[in-house]
Amino acid sequence: MPRNTIFAVLACGFCAACATNHSQNDIHDPFEPMNRQVHAFNRGLDAHVVKPATAGLSSDGGGGMGSHVLQGIGNFGSNLAQPGKALNHLLQGRVEPAVMTGFRFAVNSTLGLAGFLDPASADFALPEQDTDFGETLAVWGVPEGAYLELPLLGPSTTRDTAGRVVDLVIDPMHQVLDLDEWLIGLGARAVSKAGERARFGDSVDSILHESADSYAQTRLIWMQHRRHELGQEGEEIDPYAE
Amino acid sequence: MTLMPNETRRGFLGLMGAGAAFAAFPAHALDTVQASSLVQKSLDEVYAVINSGQPPARMYKEFESIFARYADVDIIARSALGPAARQASPAEFSAYRQAFLGYIGRKYGKRFREFIGSKIEVTGARPVKSFFAVSSVAHLRGRSPMEVEWHVSDKSGKSRYFNIIIEGVNMLASERAEVTAMLARRKGDMAGLTSDLQQAG
Repeated sequence: MPRNTIFAVLACGFCAACATNHSQNDIHDPFEPMNRQVHAFNRGLDAHVVKPATAGLSSDGGGGMGSHVLQGIGNFGSNLAQPGKALNHLLQGRVEPAVMTGFRFAVNSTLGLAGFLDPASADFALPEQDTDFGETLAVWGVPEGAYLELPLLGPSTTRDTAGRVVDLVIDPMHQVLDLDEWLIGLGARAVSKAGERARFGDSVDSILHESADSYAQTRLIWMQHRRHELGQEGEEIDPYAE
Repeated sequence: MTLMPNETRRGFLGLMGAGAAFAAFPAHALDTVQASSLVQKSLDEVYAVINSGQPPARMYKEFESIFARYADVDIIARSALGPAARQASPAEFSAYRQAFLGYIGRKYGKRFREFIGSKIEVTGARPVKSFFAVSSVAHLRGRSPMEVEWHVSDKSGKSRYFNIIIEGVNMLASERAEVTAMLARRKGDMAGLTSDLQQAG
């Protein structure tokens, strides 16, 4: 797939172009005014659409019929994402998680009834090992770039945004599914995100609707968590030395 | 191979980790063990409250008192306030500190439902800079295990934790961002910040 390779190279160039070194705990946010507008939009969308639509889906984290259906749809969507994750593990030179992710996909696609169930986690000790092309870029040494808040999708960086685009293009499922089927998979993942909104409602409310500067809170919390995932955390805070 | 439940095994590994740290850093040896036991004791008390089935408002008060006994509230409140802490009068700071404590009890206490039926195990401790990092793993219903790290120091004269880091998210840093934003909204007025904190969380 030479077209995909060219795309990946372009994406890296894009990142490198707007990259500056972030020193430890700093967040590079040159697009803050634009980001804040997007944040206001996302926050309004959450308050008026996402939150009311997902309310009662599984607020007690419990076992209602709705939450089981949602779980199934989420499993289905996330199963279709496994081949892409296996590819990214490989691109990062991590063979073992790549192989395990491949097995996971095979188990859940068959025994898991096309991915609606997740016997791989439950019975085969093959839990999801999350990754994406944003992480691949990080492993390749591409700098983090600038913080971005994307409409609908939320917090990101220039490196992770490029990664998202590349992930859509290099997804191995394109070889198997036609475009409509592939889009259904993507939709299923969106539904599972809505389910997460309901499950972690208190935490989301606290950050998005109860903090004094929800933009700054979202940016900080997301950034810290993302750097933790990528193993690029800053230095520990020592308040006694300040 | 004897059959050992996963939790026990991990607890045992954590113990071995603590033992290794003990051997490697003899000067800090007691503190590594102490730091872990401080975290363990505070967790035990938190779970006792969660499982007590009291009304939420009562629970928040209990969480607040546990936090006051095991955390270095003074340095956390001071660090959250940032440079403004140096300009505040002792009376202003003390009123702010009290309001901050209540705010923390409510804000984090509100999440107690997520912890019903969960378990947090202490897995190890190591010295970092001038303090100790105690690591633990939280097993919450329907979620993959989360790494929770506690930073413990005796710089206040007593062993207390001053920071909790959950999957990389740093409580001290996020409370500093929050309190700074609240203070800015009040244009730097400490009394205004204090009264907002009494309502927040």
